[in-house]
Amino acid sequence: MLEKISDTLTFECETGNYHTFCPISCVAWLYQKIEDSFFLVVGTKTCGYFLQNALGVMIFAEPRYAMAELEEGDISAQLNDYEELKRLCIQIKKDRNPSVIVWIGTCTTEIIKMDLEGMAPKLEAEIGIPIVVARANGLDYAFTQGEDTVLAAIVHRCPDYKLQNKTDLTDNDIQEDATRFSFLKLRKNNIRSISATNSHPPLVLFGSLPTTVSSQLNLELKRNQIEVSGWLPTQRYTDLPSLGEGVYVCGVNPFLSRTATTLMRRKKCKLISAPFPIGPDGTRAWIEKICNVFNIQPTGLEERENKIWDGLEDYLDLVRGKSVFFMGDNLLEISLARFLIRCGMIVYEIGIPYMDKRYQAAELMLLQKTCEMMNVPLPRIVEKPDNYNQIQRIRELKPDLAITGMAHANPLEARGISTKWSVEFTFAQIHGFTNARDILELVTRPLRRNQSLHELGWNNLVKVNSQ
Amino acid sequence: MKLAYWMYAGPAHIGTLRVASSFQNVHAIMHAPLGDDYFNVMRSMLERERDFTPVTASIVDRHVLARGSQEKVVENITRKDKEEKPDLILLTPTCTSSILQEDLQNFVDRASIESNSDVILADVNHYRVNELQAADRTLEQVVRYYIQKANKQGNLNLTKSKTPSANIIGIFTLGFHHQHDCREIRRLFQDLGIEINEIIPEGNSVNNLKNLPRAWFNFIPYREIGLMTAKYLEKEFQMPYIANIPMGIVDTATCIREIQKIVSTLQKPMDFESYIDKQTRFVSQAAWFSRSIDCQNLTGKKAIVFGDGTHAAYMTKILAREMGIRVACAGTYCKHDAHWFREEVQEYCDEVLITDDHTEVGNMIARIEPAAIFGTQMERHIGKRLDIPCGVISAPVHIQNFPLGYRPFLGYEGANQIADLVYNSFTLGMEDHLLEIFGGHDTKEVITKSLSTNSDLTWSADGLNELKKIPGFVRGKIKRNTEKFARENGINEITVEVMYAAKEALNT
Repeated sequence: MLEKISDTLTFECETGNYHTFCPISCVAWLYQKIEDSFFLVVGTKTCGYFLQNALGVMIFAEPRYAMAELEEGDISAQLNDYEELKRLCIQIKKDRNPSVIVWIGTCTTEIIKMDLEGMAPKLEAEIGIPIVVARANGLDYAFTQGEDTVLAAIVHRCPDYKLQNKTDLTDNDIQEDATRFSFLKLRKNNIRSISATNSHPPLVLFGSLPTTVSSQLNLELKRNQIEVSGWLPTQRYTDLPSLGEGVYVCGVNPFLSRTATTLMRRKKCKLISAPFPIGPDGTRAWIEKICNVFNIQPTGLEERENKIWDGLEDYLDLVRGKSVFFMGDNLLEISLARFLIRCGMIVYEIGIPYMDKRYQAAELMLLQKTCEMMNVPLPRIVEKPDNYNQIQRIRELKPDLAITGMAHANPLEARGISTKWSVEFTFAQIHGFTNARDILELVTRPLRRNQSLHELGWNNLVKVNSQ
Repeated sequence: MKLAYWMYAGPAHIGTLRVASSFQNVHAIMHAPLGDDYFNVMRSMLERERDFTPVTASIVDRHVLARGSQEKVVENITRKDKEEKPDLILLTPTCTSSILQEDLQNFVDRASIESNSDVILADVNHYRVNELQAADRTLEQVVRYYIQKANKQGNLNLTKSKTPSANIIGIFTLGFHHQHDCREIRRLFQDLGIEINEIIPEGNSVNNLKNLPRAWFNFIPYREIGLMTAKYLEKEFQMPYIANIPMGIVDTATCIREIQKIVSTLQKPMDFESYIDKQTRFVSQAAWFSRSIDCQNLTGKKAIVFGDGTHAAYMTKILAREMGIRVACAGTYCKHDAHWFREEVQEYCDEVLITDDHTEVGNMIARIEPAAIFGTQMERHIGKRLDIPCGVISAPVHIQNFPLGYRPFLGYEGANQIADLVYNSFTLGMEDHLLEIFGGHDTKEVITKSLSTNSDLTWSADGLNELKKIPGFVRGKIKRNTEKFARENGINEITVEVMYAAKEALNT
């Protein structure tokens, strides 16, 4: 299957000189998602400055995240890391009393080889709060991959799932469950025994989504007799789902490959490889794939998808035949490109920071099928793109829309290229049937705006010598 | 390690990048991991910059960690040299390169052999200096480099201009109202008949730096960035510099007199007194405003000032000296310049606060409960929570502090703008009175706005009723005062009587 993909889709790899957010930005949405958590970013002023500016107003709302700002004494090991972190974590416990503290390791902790994983269990035992370590640094990862590292670390803290023969867990089991990967014993009532329903084995979905979106997806599956037993992450850390052999898992976002690997290798879960539920076509394919694995005949999906497409007609008129260029910075690119091609757009290039061909296999297949169906050439997929080269290509191709980071958006607009900030796709609700309209709302916004400005003739707003 | 949510001044490399991208045709290459190029977003978004920010990264990734940057930095420099043909490439270290301790100077030396551009390594240490200090230092470094280069090539422009002239040193990208201030200074100098020699770094070319000695004197609009360069030029070419900032009517006059003194000692007697008088009394509206009955209502009102050294110090002086407002506390986050700040504001305020910890500032504001705050975006948010109006007078700032319209803070027009800002920040006088007389015009339920935790006190029905009659904008304060009084006197239930007792206790 993999060979078949690489036969027809072409993958290129450039220099990796591109603009993206630092993966520590994941604290912005994760601290909101996991309500009883506290995120401590162990890094320098550079990390702090990024968070403060990237998250804007959120910083003023007494967020449940903070920097453990490393000073010269920490770098030169004049101060004891363990004692320093202990001091800060005790203060956090006193001020906020969270159910979990997540340490985000950064470039600096990597370089000075601060042993966060080693210190966490000791400190955890000492202060009585679970400490999860995620290395979400710019040396290894881009933007949304930060969430991937956090979720992969949290997987280890999920209680073990036992095939349900005995309905009641004994105290011994609990002890064992809780101590295997988590160093702190979870309270008994927090261990939720998830059970298989009559029709299919337990299904846990992974990926952080706003609560409304996750319940929409739950509902879509329920319509097809599929019961979602749990989500990773949950609203509260203390409610993490049980995982283990016999549990099926399925991702909702394309950037969760480490989490998927951890679920399979460490928790022995079965991964359902499906396209991601972005756009009505993706959502349908996602549900169908899950149904397929569970041997359930989906009902009324086609009608539902068609109805959603009908509802989008006004937006589709705007985008049909228009061209798009993805510069690439958040790993949602393949799924969004696939959806936009299905909407009738032409995609010139899909830039993407990192391409896991195995985890995204089903999505890539769907992309290919969509291109055939819409009778458009396959777009080039550029891994680790080079922004300078991309801008040269954008100048040549003159796409109707460039989906790009904020560093390039204004300069491109000034040169008459319509842009959409890619970051918005990360923060907007784009999953499921219900939110397909929101994606198009984002994509068409520059087109609609520029339609109204077009008459004025101010499309190019730079002086000739700085073209 | 320090637990931090927010910082006033950014990391060192931001300062260096601000210098680099202010010049024309200068490219900065950061030695940094992926994601550290956030500066480009800020410049593109806050300044609404039309051009691509001339900053790229030479990415530090796992391979670099394992083997060192080796050819990578040199390749990136030579590549940029070919692509953009900049005059200067500035290699910028970050916190990451500070600890990797690679020999970046060696890369610079090698790259400068191959490339047509000049190549410099910015001499800043992440762990020792902040954004402002780094910018000051980098600007001096660039100026020194080009002065020395010109000296070597023998094309240094040492002949003074015929008519008095000045360099303006310290107009930057992402500076607080810098563009507007620059325009206002130009206008002021034009009025005074002083030619502007060079403005650096914003919009200028490094090739013009050799002309700097041509000016009669240097003018430093902001203390934070530019002073080092001015001192270097003074030492090297005996160029005097003016560090009195023309902010507010009084200090604008002081600054102009300083210029007069310098120019007069350099063989050209000039008299600006009539100009100052005319501007002060008739052209600018600020002096008249402070005399008008409107401003009377501000007399003795309590205000708090916090910001960078320059803006906080001068704002304090304006409020106290020109408007009769009582500055309960003046503070700055420029800890490295604390001595100067103290000297400047000591006689104009009740207390001085030097800190870069925003919670300390918040607690101070909550304790003093001023009628208005003049601070940064952080203080604006503290003010929002405490229901105290705030005028933003200093960086760090948001996009709304990069207005499209003309809003200088310096010079005579700046004085007008500041007067507007101050006046609009306080509740308007007449409205104030009417609210007091008629007991407020909103009947909403009382909301606690204190920073502290919930109180253990109960309010009786008549007490609550009385509280509702108090105008909204002082209600929070009265409530807190009454509760404080009740707590001090061991009273658990607050009735009307307790409220009056509290008021009386406060008055005595």
